[in-house]
Amino acid sequence: MFQLSDDGLKYVKNELSRYEVKQSAIIRCLYRAQDENGGWVSPAVIEHLAVIMDIPAAQIEEVATFYTMFNKTPVGKNHVQVCVTLTCGMLGGRELCDSMMKEAGCKTTGDISPDGLFTFSKVECLGSCDTAPMVQINRESYTENLNTEKGIELVRSLRAKSSGATGKGH
Amino acid sequence: MAEVKYLSEHYARPEFKTIDGYKKLGGYEQLAKALKMQPQQIIDEVKASGLRGRGGAGFATGVKWGFLPNNGEPRYLLCNADESEPGTFKDRLMMERAPHQLIEGMLISAFAIKSNKAYIYIRGEYMGPAAILEKAIAEARAAGLIGKNILGSGFDCELDLYLGAGAYICGEETGMISSLEGLKGQPKLKPPFPAVQGYLRKPTIVNNVETLAAVVPIIRDGAAAYRKHGTEKSAGTKLFSISGNINRPGTYEVPLGYKLMDLINIECGGLKAGRKLKAVVPGGSSAPVITAEECQKATLDYECLAQMGTMLGSGAIIVIDDSNCMVDVLSTISHFYHHESCGQCTPCREGTGWMERLIHGIVHGHGNEGDLDLLLKIAEQMKGRTICALSDAAALPVLSFVTKFRDEFEFFIREKKSKVRGGQIYAQVSH
Repeated sequence: MFQLSDDGLKYVKNELSRYEVKQSAIIRCLYRAQDENGGWVSPAVIEHLAVIMDIPAAQIEEVATFYTMFNKTPVGKNHVQVCVTLTCGMLGGRELCDSMMKEAGCKTTGDISPDGLFTFSKVECLGSCDTAPMVQINRESYTENLNTEKGIELVRSLRAKSSGATGKGH
Repeated sequence: MAEVKYLSEHYARPEFKTIDGYKKLGGYEQLAKALKMQPQQIIDEVKASGLRGRGGAGFATGVKWGFLPNNGEPRYLLCNADESEPGTFKDRLMMERAPHQLIEGMLISAFAIKSNKAYIYIRGEYMGPAAILEKAIAEARAAGLIGKNILGSGFDCELDLYLGAGAYICGEETGMISSLEGLKGQPKLKPPFPAVQGYLRKPTIVNNVETLAAVVPIIRDGAAAYRKHGTEKSAGTKLFSISGNINRPGTYEVPLGYKLMDLINIECGGLKAGRKLKAVVPGGSSAPVITAEECQKATLDYECLAQMGTMLGSGAIIVIDDSNCMVDVLSTISHFYHHESCGQCTPCREGTGWMERLIHGIVHGHGNEGDLDLLLKIAEQMKGRTICALSDAAALPVLSFVTKFRDEFEFFIREKKSKVRGGQIYAQVSH
């Protein structure tokens, strides 16, 4: 079962009347529901949105599965998305991802670290090639100009920040 | 010649982000001026300026606006802020530093094309710029610059921000329209072009962030002043995103027609000490790569790069030095297109996968003698056979990398290691 908070329901209601057609609200409502569901879009999230938005579940699922920013499986508290395209690829983005994963205790991309704090994804160009290599954590502003050492340091500081806490929703 | 800060003049001033700071520096004066003009006069001025789409295609902006049918239907203006072409990050800077410049350019353009509703479609990852834009839109609305009867002119225009959610294809204008309609971001067959049937099947103009922002100085100084920059056919200035193996990567505004090597050596401080230029991808990852020798003759305008068999594209320049293995560089590009193909058209959906697998095989030391010819054959078959240009965009890098750097590919297949880096390439280190 998944249920949006009262604020979440208000948000959805507002979004439904924001655009010319209500389907245009699906993306923002999915973001909201994903945030409230600990970072991923479960089948229950889609069912719930279908009911409260009065849009066929298939249509919401279609959007949820087409766009990469909706996670279809659970993720750790910090979903670290490492850019590996072209410039970032040339300047060490892939190696950065591997060393951060190792430090975090993730075997491969998509894994949740044993402490629930991290999941890594290799993602395509994030539009920050002048500060390559770089990462985006969840949907926050970018963390730029990284290298292996800084990447490992970043994992450590995120761990220290959320010590004791575990990922929500799983 | 050097940098000409025509659009980016005030980008270093933090107050330029706020409505008060923007107004103090002349902001929204051009909107007031434009609202006193006839819409057709604005279109004529933009046509005369020679402004061409800055998102990649380079189509004449005023001409595009002229395609709108006079059928009394509501019209929409859609700003393409998806900025997903690998190597491109200039729109992000523009939105972060000058959100009101974009809003002013959009309002002037909306008035010119008689649209009462405009959207900015921004990629979902750009949460920072999106927050800045939302704040700026709210400020402009509170100041009576968005909404009913703008500045007492009788012109109404609503402006809203629409968030994408991670899909390269949404940078293609019809894919973007599908996404805005709440669907998968799959492109639609053209014609009808969006100017005739776009968002909700209504006439829609889709323009890039930089294109719309450039309308502001064109109205301020006139078409003739804009034409003082650039070349006859490539008028004005352009913001270039330059990255890779250079000392000062970043966004630089230079007149079109500027020498590529001057941008690399003067503005960007050249390559790292001891390194030699090997190649440049001059217009985003879809643009065919050019060799160091070709770079010496390249000027940054639509015509010169087209003559060289490549393109200016979005103005994203990726500088590649001699420490890079071209097989490895191409492997990241081919992975990208396979990942981003929307899956509608068979040549693209299947072709991008075949190309990625073949290149992947080569970098993992499993290449076969016939692979290069097969790659070239697949790439040729993918050109011009699909609904949108993603298939061509995936084919062009393969054709140019394999043709121009064939010795590196052949060496890799034969020796099962990189000609440049030996065993020191990512695929071979990590697997």
